[in-house]
Amino acid sequence: MSAEKIKICEDLYDIMPPEYQDIVENATYGKEGRGWKDIGESKELIEQHSLCAGCPESIAFRYILASLPAPEDTVFVGSTGCTSLVFPMVAVHNIHSLFGNQNAIATGLKRALMVRHPDKVKDVVVLAGDGATVDIGLDMTMQSWFRQEKFTTICFDNELYANTGGQESGLMQKGFVSKMAPVGKLFDKVRLPEIAREAGCHYVVMMTSSKPNRVEKAIRNAVHVAREIGPTYIQIYTPCILEIGKQSMEGLDEMKDSEGIGGRFTYKEYVTDAAAALIKEMDDAEKAAKKAAREKAKAAAKA
Amino acid sequence: MDLYKVSPGPESFLPPAAAKMGNVLPDPGQGHIGGTIVPEEEAMEMAARKFLEGKVPTIFPGPLVLWHWNEKAAKKAKAIRALADAGPFRLIPMADYRPKYPKINPEVEINPNHPNLTIWHNEIDVCIFVGVHCHQANLSLKIIRGGTDCYTMAMCAQAGHEDACLSFRDATVEKIERLTWWVNKLKAEGVKSQAKEFTQFKHIPKWREAEGN
Ligand SMILES: Cc1ncc(C[n+]2csc(CCOP(=O)(O)OP(=O)(O)O)c2C)c(N)n1
Ligand code: SF4
Ligand SMILES: [Mg+2]
Repeated sequence: MSAEKIKICEDLYDIMPPEYQDIVENATYGKEGRGWKDIGESKELIEQHSLCAGCPESIAFRYILASLPAPEDTVFVGSTGCTSLVFPMVAVHNIHSLFGNQNAIATGLKRALMVRHPDKVKDVVVLAGDGATVDIGLDMTMQSWFRQEKFTTICFDNELYANTGGQESGLMQKGFVSKMAPVGKLFDKVRLPEIAREAGCHYVVMMTSSKPNRVEKAIRNAVHVAREIGPTYIQIYTPCILEIGKQSMEGLDEMKDSEGIGGRFTYKEYVTDAAAALIKEMDDAEKAAKKAAREKAKAAAKA
Repeated sequence: MDLYKVSPGPESFLPPAAAKMGNVLPDPGQGHIGGTIVPEEEAMEMAARKFLEGKVPTIFPGPLVLWHWNEKAAKKAKAIRALADAGPFRLIPMADYRPKYPKINPEVEINPNHPNLTIWHNEIDVCIFVGVHCHQANLSLKIIRGGTDCYTMAMCAQAGHEDACLSFRDATVEKIERLTWWVNKLKAEGVKSQAKEFTQFKHIPKWREAEGN
């Protein structure tokens, strides 16, 4: 796929549903420096979503889709759960895999894409819930890291199995009682970021989706490091407001409350030396480009 | 084994795949009508006749001809438009295969996972698929045969569709034009289109109007 191909044939243009015309015209495929600031002005590649109103997963989705370096050359691999409900409305390739298998599918896909398109960069991004990533799919998740597979794994951590009514997950906090886990969680929240680091991920971030610029930076770094170096992992707190008894507008506060100092989701990252060098290179290039643009604008204003 | 006749339904919730019943695909230069292999020209003439006889004859262009993958796709789109104008026949696009249920605008689009909704809503009695990937077309054709009495046809760019009531294969630009030729020929011979009057859904977005397109 390329941005060029996301065009409608002229002779059948007028019979296309308006939302397709709109996404072709206004989406940011192929645009350099795309990011969360495009949200609101252009399509962030989600038309609508079928999550609960105010679900923080929907916020995280928008930021992530707006931040992909090359959406037209990205394939998502997902798993069953609330995360998967959004994909029918997303204008990015997606493979829905059997629950827990996402990192195994992504492995085969990434390898096949490298063979099929040796001269092109094709990004593969796994996006799954905590149940799929940490419990049922942990074997596949970790094996792909051990093998140094070159794709990004994103876990939407809502600390339970939301889509099936609130069962306990490994990422649930100790002592938490949910509808389908009435005894309360007996052991600690699994420390997947640390496991990811030890298992060979080159860039690991734990965060919430309260700050769009942070999500953007993490996604950009994770995708580029996965392209060039090896596996990356991002764990984002996307509280299930339904299961923790919050109102639609309370998701943001919940995320902010949990990311303060000492909170469960205080921002943390683990970066290998190789990844740090690549990220610095990208940051420097970005700064230089911004400076050049500013100077050009100044010169134009003078002339 | 007796030939399994691929006829308009409603047949059952899950009609069998015609291939499973022993039906075979046409060879190059052939088509099939109801599962019986016939010369391609015979299938084309029949397709044109069925379309002219239909009350709501509808073309379902799929992603392979709606999206500008290459110049060939654009030429096919042009040929399909000419076919629609020749009837006139209604055009309802299948822009992609995402399962859009329950959010579907059946007057504007068709979806392979529940094509019956579009057929029912518009009372489509004869349709033709073009530019839909084989597996999605077969899925749709079976769902339509299962739950509606619509006569289905498929202009296939590959080997033809055994799950359509009528199909021909290797649908190049020239073959689409040949079907248009058949429609015009039958009309010239006095076969009148039985199509009910309809308003083709069209949408030109504001930015296009501004550009003067
Ligand atoms: C192989 C398999 N086992 C179990 C299920 C049932 N199932 C559907 S969604 C789900 C929970 C999803 O939880 P999580 O991955 O945390 O995603 P969330 O819904 O919380 O976003 C389960 C167990 C399934 N679909 N497939
Ligand atoms: S159940 Fe929870 S995670 Fe799922 S959409 Fe609703 S609020 Fe979001
Ligand atoms: Mg979950």
